[in-house]
Amino acid sequence: MAGEPHVLPSPAAVRKARPRDSVGSWPLIDRVAFGLCWTVGIGLCVAAAAIIVFMFVKGIAYVRPSLLIESPQAGASEATSGGFLDPLVGTLLLTASGTAIAAPLGVATAVWLSEYARPAALARAVESGVETIAGSPSVVLAIFGLFVFSRPFLAFLSQTSAGGSVFGRSFLTAGAIMAMLALPLIVGATREGLAQVPGHVREASYALGKSKITTIRKVLLPSVRPNIAGGVTLAMGRIVGDTAIVVILLGATLHLEGAGGPPILSTLRGTGATLTSYVKYNSPAGEGNAPEKAYAAAFVLLIMVLALNALVTRLTSGREGRSDRFLAWAWLPNWRSR
Amino acid sequence: MLGALSVSVLAFIALMAVTVFAKAWPSFAHNGIKWFFPGGDVDQQLGAIIQGPKDPAHYNYYLRAWPLIWDTIMTTGLAVAIALVVSVLAAVFIVELAPTSVRRTIDPVVRLLAAVPSVVYGLIGILAIAPWLERAFISEQRKHSVHEVVQLTGSNLTLAVLILALMITPIMVAIVVGALETVPRSWTEGSAALGVNRWRTMWRVSLRTVRPAILGAIVLATARALGEAIMLSMVGGSRAFPVNPLDGTTFLFEPVRPLAATIIVYIDGISVVPLEQTLYAMAAVLLVSCAFLSLAAWAVKQPMKKYGIRT
Repeated sequence: MAGEPHVLPSPAAVRKARPRDSVGSWPLIDRVAFGLCWTVGIGLCVAAAAIIVFMFVKGIAYVRPSLLIESPQAGASEATSGGFLDPLVGTLLLTASGTAIAAPLGVATAVWLSEYARPAALARAVESGVETIAGSPSVVLAIFGLFVFSRPFLAFLSQTSAGGSVFGRSFLTAGAIMAMLALPLIVGATREGLAQVPGHVREASYALGKSKITTIRKVLLPSVRPNIAGGVTLAMGRIVGDTAIVVILLGATLHLEGAGGPPILSTLRGTGATLTSYVKYNSPAGEGNAPEKAYAAAFVLLIMVLALNALVTRLTSGREGRSDRFLAWAWLPNWRSR
Repeated sequence: MLGALSVSVLAFIALMAVTVFAKAWPSFAHNGIKWFFPGGDVDQQLGAIIQGPKDPAHYNYYLRAWPLIWDTIMTTGLAVAIALVVSVLAAVFIVELAPTSVRRTIDPVVRLLAAVPSVVYGLIGILAIAPWLERAFISEQRKHSVHEVVQLTGSNLTLAVLILALMITPIMVAIVVGALETVPRSWTEGSAALGVNRWRTMWRVSLRTVRPAILGAIVLATARALGEAIMLSMVGGSRAFPVNPLDGTTFLFEPVRPLAATIIVYIDGISVVPLEQTLYAMAAVLLVSCAFLSLAAWAVKQPMKKYGIRT
């Protein structure tokens, strides 16, 4: 057979002929897509950085320690409208009352769903019920709450006017609806933890003669405590950041206005504001229209939310599993950092 | 005991659905199917409802809510469309293309964007971006072209859609990333072994596999966008105006106010019975939409189970 003698190429030439998959060798359209991916990725980082830097610049310019310890005044100008002590206390109170209701209910629901779940049809219904609550707009939850808590038999939760109509707006009622907002997050995080406890742990407990309820109390709940803590913290972040329920169900009055009676109960049954409603009130879209106050309060609010968020990351870091998935369902992505 | 507590969750939902519809019924009953039709200025109609007769037999319920529904469709649709493109590209970037160091930065960034409260987004929008938009894009000529129907300001459709898209992007990114990570490695490795580059492997193999998850992300993001009230009531402009695509590019700068934002704006008047019932009617529309979306989310999750992929 005539022709060139077959010569093996040198190893170096082989390496040269088969370059590593580098972007430069891709078809044009793939390179464009590659560029777009980078643009979007960097763009999201820039957007987040812009928000943080902007809020910090405005916050540091307008936050003064005095703002944190003065009550708001109904003044016309920035100088006379006081601080935001009341909204700050309101945020803490509302978060506390919402979490206090949501945490036991959420953990109980999760335990029932994971450990009992009989009858199965009922369990499925409860499961999709929790998902439905997670999907309902908070505006709808809030005006539903306004109706329920204005019924006379629930008058003890809020104030009753001289004419006998129940006001329905108070820290307790807003807290109850906030709890509904928080519930799916706590249920999700707790179930997630329970699903990771291996079956033999339960069996070991049964083998020692412990009843199911004792096993849950003494073995399962302690072992999922970090998950519960993560879920509750996430829920607190949601409650701190929500505005619609505050505007509708807390009355959004500037001051904490007690309903009378014993001191703490009076405040809880009374109306008030939170940082979110204060920001809305002082934005150009609200009646107060004091942008400096709005920026300052929004800065404090953002710090609180970011702190809670960092806490969640810390609490859930190093835990494998589906938590990422459920938290995403509940609007707050928190996938495990790789 | 635990079961009873859990079932109370169901009772809550049942009670909510029944209440909202019972309260909404008079508004729907008086307007009939025309409740959903266009016709006149919604703000004037709502004003007339507040000012209307106090006698329960003569309550005024007249409302043609189409402008609100149309604004809801436009803001939600456009925001979800933008967020879809951004989140799919971002998810591919996070899962495949980004170097590890960049990936470590972008994870907390996405979480942060999801955590910022909507009122803070609204504040930044109305105080920082709206004035700039007004200076940059709304010329006197543009203002004059629609001055007979609506007044243009910096708070408009563009601003509302952009911020809404930024708010729902993290949810979609999280879901798509979660799904992409569960694509079996052997599938992508098989593609790579055939000499297909990384982008094309993602496009032709991974993204196709997680199509149901992308649909699920769209559904969830839509539900979130529908329910967003505070931010949109702040940056949408203060008028319930049906944005009109026939106005050319000017339509991007017309004010919007969707259903949820309208409930927030009119909440102070809720002691007026017919207005209360009208607001419940809007809530009912939102509730039904969200229920359908939940159903859709459930339906699109089903094919994923075939591959053993959980979204």
